[in-house]
Amino acid sequence: MLKTSEVAPRFPIFQNKTVIQIIRYLYMILLALVLFGVILLISGKNPLQAYKDILTSTLGSAYGFSEVLVSMIPMLITALAVALPARVGLINVGGEGQLYIGAAFATFGALTFSNLPAWLLLPIMILLGMLGGALWAFIPGYLKAIGLVNETITTLLLNSVAPKIVGFLIFGFWHSPKDTIKTTTFVDTARLPTFFGTRIHLGLVIGLVLLVLFWLFMKYTRWGLEMRAIGNNAQAARRNGIPLKKYLIIVMCVGGAIAGLAGMSQVSGFYGVLLLNFSMSLGFMGFMISWMAGGEPLGIVLMSFVVSVIITGGNLLQLTRGVPYSVINLLLAFTLFVVLARPSLFKGKKS
Amino acid sequence: MLKPPSSTNSQLNLVSLRGITKAFPGVLANDEIDLDIYASEVHALLGENGAGKSTLMKILYGFYHLDSGQIFVNERPVRIQSPHDALAIRIGMVFQDFSLIPALSVMENLALFLPQLPAVLDVNGINRRIAQVSEQYSLEVNPEALVSQLSVGELQKVEILKLLLADARLLILDEPTRVLAPHEVQALFRVIDSLKKDGYAIVLITHKLKEVLECADRITVLRAGRVAGTLLRPDADENRLISMMFEKKLGTNVVTHKTVKPDQVQACLEFRDVWTHAEGLETALQSINLQVHPGEIVGVAGVSGNGQKELGELAMGLIRCARGKKFIFGKDFTDKSVQDVRTSGVAFIPENPLTMSVGPFMTVLQNMAITRTAKYARMGGLSMDWQAVHTDIEQSNQRLGFSLPLNAPARSLSGGNLQRMVVAREMIGDPRLIIASYITRGLDVQSAIAARQALIQARDNGAGVLLISEDLEELFTLSDWLIVLYAGKIAGKFRPVNTNVYEVGHLMTGSKVEHA
Repeated sequence: MLKTSEVAPRFPIFQNKTVIQIIRYLYMILLALVLFGVILLISGKNPLQAYKDILTSTLGSAYGFSEVLVSMIPMLITALAVALPARVGLINVGGEGQLYIGAAFATFGALTFSNLPAWLLLPIMILLGMLGGALWAFIPGYLKAIGLVNETITTLLLNSVAPKIVGFLIFGFWHSPKDTIKTTTFVDTARLPTFFGTRIHLGLVIGLVLLVLFWLFMKYTRWGLEMRAIGNNAQAARRNGIPLKKYLIIVMCVGGAIAGLAGMSQVSGFYGVLLLNFSMSLGFMGFMISWMAGGEPLGIVLMSFVVSVIITGGNLLQLTRGVPYSVINLLLAFTLFVVLARPSLFKGKKS
Repeated sequence: MLKPPSSTNSQLNLVSLRGITKAFPGVLANDEIDLDIYASEVHALLGENGAGKSTLMKILYGFYHLDSGQIFVNERPVRIQSPHDALAIRIGMVFQDFSLIPALSVMENLALFLPQLPAVLDVNGINRRIAQVSEQYSLEVNPEALVSQLSVGELQKVEILKLLLADARLLILDEPTRVLAPHEVQALFRVIDSLKKDGYAIVLITHKLKEVLECADRITVLRAGRVAGTLLRPDADENRLISMMFEKKLGTNVVTHKTVKPDQVQACLEFRDVWTHAEGLETALQSINLQVHPGEIVGVAGVSGNGQKELGELAMGLIRCARGKKFIFGKDFTDKSVQDVRTSGVAFIPENPLTMSVGPFMTVLQNMAITRTAKYARMGGLSMDWQAVHTDIEQSNQRLGFSLPLNAPARSLSGGNLQRMVVAREMIGDPRLIIASYITRGLDVQSAIAARQALIQARDNGAGVLLISEDLEELFTLSDWLIVLYAGKIAGKFRPVNTNVYEVGHLMTGSKVEHA
């Protein structure tokens, strides 16, 4: 037999994959902060002071921290809506649209069945939200499966259609007597419960539970194995008798359902009302986070947290330092850039 | 520091390798290899899969970097960092998978490879050189033809021309006969011979003993990354080479043809006048009438690209019948999916294991499970019974005499090991119909025998086998019936005893049968 060459680990702790991943993320975030600091310096602001403001306003107080968690919720869920289809090689850029349709379906439930008790109404809204997202994702999934159009293009294009449909529903049917750009406020039974007197709602638990389920699913189940086979080599999977088309459609729909759930959790847990253009790119944020995290559940939690800190802190920066909010997009862009460039800390640890 | 080699031989050492060592993660591919290549010789590099032949030559061509050791060209030490460096010292290599650009013409491909390509192409000058060199070594190809339109044999000619025009003096050919029809092999050997007479050195990487004995002057056998020995042609014979390759005698490859009475039993696979549409580069099958009975091996011969791949995929349900009917075990399967075909007891070994059959980033164990996930599922699919997968593989491996690293990712396996993996997987569960494409491609002699024995065993147990192969010897020894595909049609159907390699070879290439 052939000889095996053994290499003794130099730093045993760095052999742990999770540790390496976490260190890599921290290193990349640091790099993004340095780059952004240069921009702040050029515009005459003190970067250290700005970062201090961001940190104290978010992690420095219980309220700030709770706000970070609140803004994390839709990101966790929409990131999962991207990470799951990515496992079979589908690139779902349509989280935004699926989220809108999901929100609209959930709103329909909230307005129609408003006299039901919460324990019945909320599950109905969740199912409706998921159904809406799934239907919206079925279109690209089906078109992809029959080999007609690439799902990246269709999901992206459908993103600009979905908010128009929501607008049509609000203007046409659902708007409140006082205000044409939103529905009447949901009844209390249509609101996801909140915790500890903060704005953190049940969506956080749902998101985290879904991520754990996703991890277990991919690792242990038959379908997880088949999905991995497809993601590895779709043609081989097909030859091996795995129903490729069925998987493409179903997985895309499940991804859409999860994004729809994110829409439901936003209107029911956060706003309590369906607002025109309420999302403001949450779906795209999820896409970015999922790719930065390499589709790994733990990475998604970490990246969602970091992005939430930046966004929540950025709001404050605008108020106290006179920094325009759009500058925060710069910081986000730097983060994305650095993560996608994947600088490697340890030799040969590139995935 | 290693000492430069001294020529003990009367011939000049064109290239000398000393102490070449190269490790890949987990494998020592080359272990202190010494090798001399003379001018004007055909040097065969022989060894089973994973013996380190290709690795060694890719180091010489600058494709891999050596871990330690020294390369001497004309007795001077050189450092070869890239194929560019290698060409500068006149070493060229033809890879197993050709590296021509399909969308460009032959001339353009050749021009791209010239050492000094001027800003404005001297088209006439280049064409003149192509004409001159190709005539000298009977490597005629039309320089205006697009590479995408060439046959495999012509592609190989262009690859060799490319190296000649780039002034290479040492040509490394990696399994050059793998894709050629018998008469094309003969032509290639004639080209090699005339190159040798003009002072070129040729290294032939192969594991086919017959070819080695036919055209090599010296033979170096590698075994597990080390040199097992170098022989001059007159000292070599088949048994000696095999014992050097494997360190032990092999059982002979005895095949008995069972007498089958096909008409009384239901066919495992039957095509009734099936036609298909071609998509992309596929070949459309026309009017296919074929029966594979239990206990029978039907061999399919043909030059690559004449519909063999499509025939296999048609049987599996990967390609739809545009016209006609397909029956599997007597049931109408014309419109059934791949899953239906597989679950009815059909095994499929596609022609390229890496791209068609395995997930490269999944472990061998996981790859073993993906063809029958339903069978290994526990708790309705919430978990997988990996122990059962393990047991099945061990059984299959034992029967075939293979051993596979179960927890390594598939992409870390060598080509031969991948093929072993697929063969072992498909033999699990005693399939009743086996569609096997190029089942022994890339396998060394020992594993090839094991794979063939597996087919014969399956046949003797009453399975039907559709065996697609380019190895005519294999087809003639294994098949009960032999069909030849040409341009998507069945060009002939024989009992192997009633025909010969030349008749089949001519049908394969579409030329008329000339009776000598």
